[in-house]
Amino acid sequence: MAEPLLSVRNLTTEFATERGPALAVDNVDFDVGSGEVVGMIGESGSGKSVSALSILGLLPTPPARVRAGTAFFEGQDLLRLRASELRRIRGRRIGMIFQEPMTSLNPVFQIGDQIGETLRVHEKLGREAARRRAVELLDRVGIPSAAKRLDDYPHHLSGGMRQRVMIAIALACNPRLLIADEPTTALDVTVQAQILELLRALQRDSGMAILMITHNMGVIAEFADRVVVMYAGRVAETAPVERLFDHPRHPYSQGLLDATPVLERVERRLRTIPGSLPTPTGIDPGCRFAPRCELAQDECSRARPVPVAIAPGHAAACFRTDASAQWRLA
Amino acid sequence: MLAYLVKRLLQAIPILAIVSLLSFGLIKLVPGDPAVVMGGTTATFEEIEQIRRNLGLDRPVYVQIGAFYWNLLQGDLGNSLLLGQPVVGAIVERLPVTLWLASYALALTIVLGLATGIIAALQHNTWIDQVATGIALIGVSLPNFWLGLVMIVVFSVHLGWLPTSGYVAPTDDLAGFFRTATMPATALALLQIGLLTRITRSAMLEVLRQDYVRTARAKGLSEWSVVMKHALANAMIPVVTVIGLIFSVLISGSIVIETVFTVPGMGSLLGNAILRRDYPMIQGGLLFVAAALMMLNLAVDMLYAYFDPRVRVQ
Amino acid sequence: MATASGLFLSEQNRFLVRRLLRNRAFVVGATLVAIVLLAILLAPVLTNGEPNRLAIRMRFRPPSGDFPFGTDNLGRDMFARVLYGGRLSLEIGLWVVVLNAVFGILLGALAGYFQRLDGPLMRLADALMAFPSVLLAIGIAAALGASATTAVIALAVVYIPRTARILRASVLVVRELDYVHASRAAGANDWHILFRHVLPNCMAPLLVQLSFVFAYAVLSEAVLSFLGLGAPPTVPSWGILIAEGRSYIREAWWLTVLPGTAIAITVLGLNLLGDGLRDVLDPRMKIEQS
Repeated sequence: MAEPLLSVRNLTTEFATERGPALAVDNVDFDVGSGEVVGMIGESGSGKSVSALSILGLLPTPPARVRAGTAFFEGQDLLRLRASELRRIRGRRIGMIFQEPMTSLNPVFQIGDQIGETLRVHEKLGREAARRRAVELLDRVGIPSAAKRLDDYPHHLSGGMRQRVMIAIALACNPRLLIADEPTTALDVTVQAQILELLRALQRDSGMAILMITHNMGVIAEFADRVVVMYAGRVAETAPVERLFDHPRHPYSQGLLDATPVLERVERRLRTIPGSLPTPTGIDPGCRFAPRCELAQDECSRARPVPVAIAPGHAAACFRTDASAQWRLA
Repeated sequence: MLAYLVKRLLQAIPILAIVSLLSFGLIKLVPGDPAVVMGGTTATFEEIEQIRRNLGLDRPVYVQIGAFYWNLLQGDLGNSLLLGQPVVGAIVERLPVTLWLASYALALTIVLGLATGIIAALQHNTWIDQVATGIALIGVSLPNFWLGLVMIVVFSVHLGWLPTSGYVAPTDDLAGFFRTATMPATALALLQIGLLTRITRSAMLEVLRQDYVRTARAKGLSEWSVVMKHALANAMIPVVTVIGLIFSVLISGSIVIETVFTVPGMGSLLGNAILRRDYPMIQGGLLFVAAALMMLNLAVDMLYAYFDPRVRVQ
Repeated sequence: MATASGLFLSEQNRFLVRRLLRNRAFVVGATLVAIVLLAILLAPVLTNGEPNRLAIRMRFRPPSGDFPFGTDNLGRDMFARVLYGGRLSLEIGLWVVVLNAVFGILLGALAGYFQRLDGPLMRLADALMAFPSVLLAIGIAAALGASATTAVIALAVVYIPRTARILRASVLVVRELDYVHASRAAGANDWHILFRHVLPNCMAPLLVQLSFVFAYAVLSEAVLSFLGLGAPPTVPSWGILIAEGRSYIREAWWLTVLPGTAIAITVLGLNLLGDGLRDVLDPRMKIEQS
């Protein structure tokens, strides 16, 4: 397999809190291949967004601090780059869209300017050229009568439209990677589907890779080639999307799937995962899921499980992958 | 925009009515006979009678109110007892001095207050932030006239750098203006600098946390552009709203500061009127200043609409 | 809101006190205010107890061991004069605070709770606030004639509209909270709801505002006295001391500098106290921090 576009190893990010440092991301590894769509799933607080923001250096420091790790993107370690070098990658090679379209656009600038700004900074376009490109981009993200909307302010637009503008900003310089941090969570269900549709079409056209962060299994099923399941700041399981749905091997992934309604199996009762996320300040040597895991044994709370390869591209950080295969069938 | 302006002007009318009524009523607060108070201890019976007649105090209250508003509508605020000249004329004569001084103080306030506030916010929780907020806090805690006196002690009496008093118009001699006006303007501005620093700092801290600032960073903009363009454009919204307040405090502060530095402006005019119980001057001066500041606040609101496109639509 | 209502719950009270004691601004401010108060209360012990005793031979002594604050043009001990002068300054400030509390609550609650009164009361407040605060105080004091009572009335009139506005704003919020609706649904009458449920929850912003009013009042009293609109100079206030010292600024800097420092320390302490209270009590700030 070719060199991945983005390769993250041992990423560890902590936040300073009143009760001491809290590990939000703890030794996380994952890859995104060129042109690949990777879904990253987990509950809120599982460290998905923090991982993405760490890579781009977008976390407020302090209180956040990337303590260790590497994040190689096109041959450069993003975590070791100087601020000015990282700025040349942000918005140009890696675009990012966020969860809150209502607050992610600057309320006092016209959207044409906000789109054009990226082009003027990275591609040194003049005012007029940037405006022309902004119209094309608005057209591309499906905003009707794009030329007329350039001078609109964000408050003139609906949430879905604002997210389209955010996508236009992120795609302005044709990035190789788009990081989408829960881009549809704050939107209406019908609008969600439209935005996902748009992202998929744009991905097919441009061949860019997408890292899609979500807590919605439905989005993963529809959208991703490969899945990274996060739990309490760690990667629980990675697998191609079909494999994860058919043969999940980490008890947490299984729990997530059992808690997801699936249309073909309406008769099945949805199961919930007992308990809640552990607090990130607590120090535990073992598996962080162990307190909530039905399969937990003594060793689970003693040592930290390392990822076990199960099939090509499929690994689960669990001591009980053998038992979990049977358990799900029961 | 025009509709907004008209609406705001209409809203100002009832307030202006109450304001004028209050300043008319001021003389009714004077315990005993205002004419006697104004005449002072040496006035003869005839002089007091004269004052009473001049002010119309011998007529029924409703006639007084009628006359007051009738004159007001013609831009007449009565005559100063002390100067024997129309109040409006005296104010207009002295106004440029106060405006120059207040503008100088406002410039100091905006430049220093904004800069300190922005720097403190960017260096949040560092020693720089603590020094800046500490100075700002001391700034809002010092009596400004006292600061003026302390500056006189240090810079005029001990160091001999600047004159203790006087005023030179900048149109006559710019260097002379700065020599005479720097201490009064600083004394006037210090409180406001502290105030603006605190407001700018907290507005910037609030704005820097916003999602759109993260978006600006995610676009790969330089830190300068993120802070000075994306963040500041939003932080200016709350800051602009206090500029009107700042100017109003500068104007009222000029009463005592102009007295301290014997600057011949509107402030010392009012200060003298107060000491000598020149009620028409006090009433007229108060009304003039209040009305002028209301207009100024209107201008500030227009500025506000300029900075915040969300206000413009309504 | 939980912390605001907590003002009257002893268990949460202790929690609040602990948070206050951890707040540096509050601790420093409270210490400064306490020092000033102690010095003023202990003035008879700390000084010769005679701020007005003349000693012509001792004129213009600079600060020294005998006279920590020096002496004035009539040989009076400035340390005694500053400490005794502080009594009047703080007394005036305190009265302004009391009047602000009473009328601020009354008018703010009426305007916030009874909608028919809201318009007229707030227009009146707008009109009063159209005057710059110091200017209005000067105008009122000038009309009423110089005295300590005048200063109190003038400053109270200036700040009450501001206090009332703050109280009205929090009443408007609290009025719409679920438990107030519940109590109304249960048939409680307006006054009961207002005094039992609404007002206690508006105390936090009021307390913060009052500490700032105290600071402003001490500052503005000095301005009024300096302009000759405060108390007559038999028992001098800090503002009067500065005004008197001004004539001798060339030969005796301490006559102006030291009383002003006393004002600055007091006001700084009150401002810090207010900042600390706001950080701990104001629910909006709390939300921002969490």
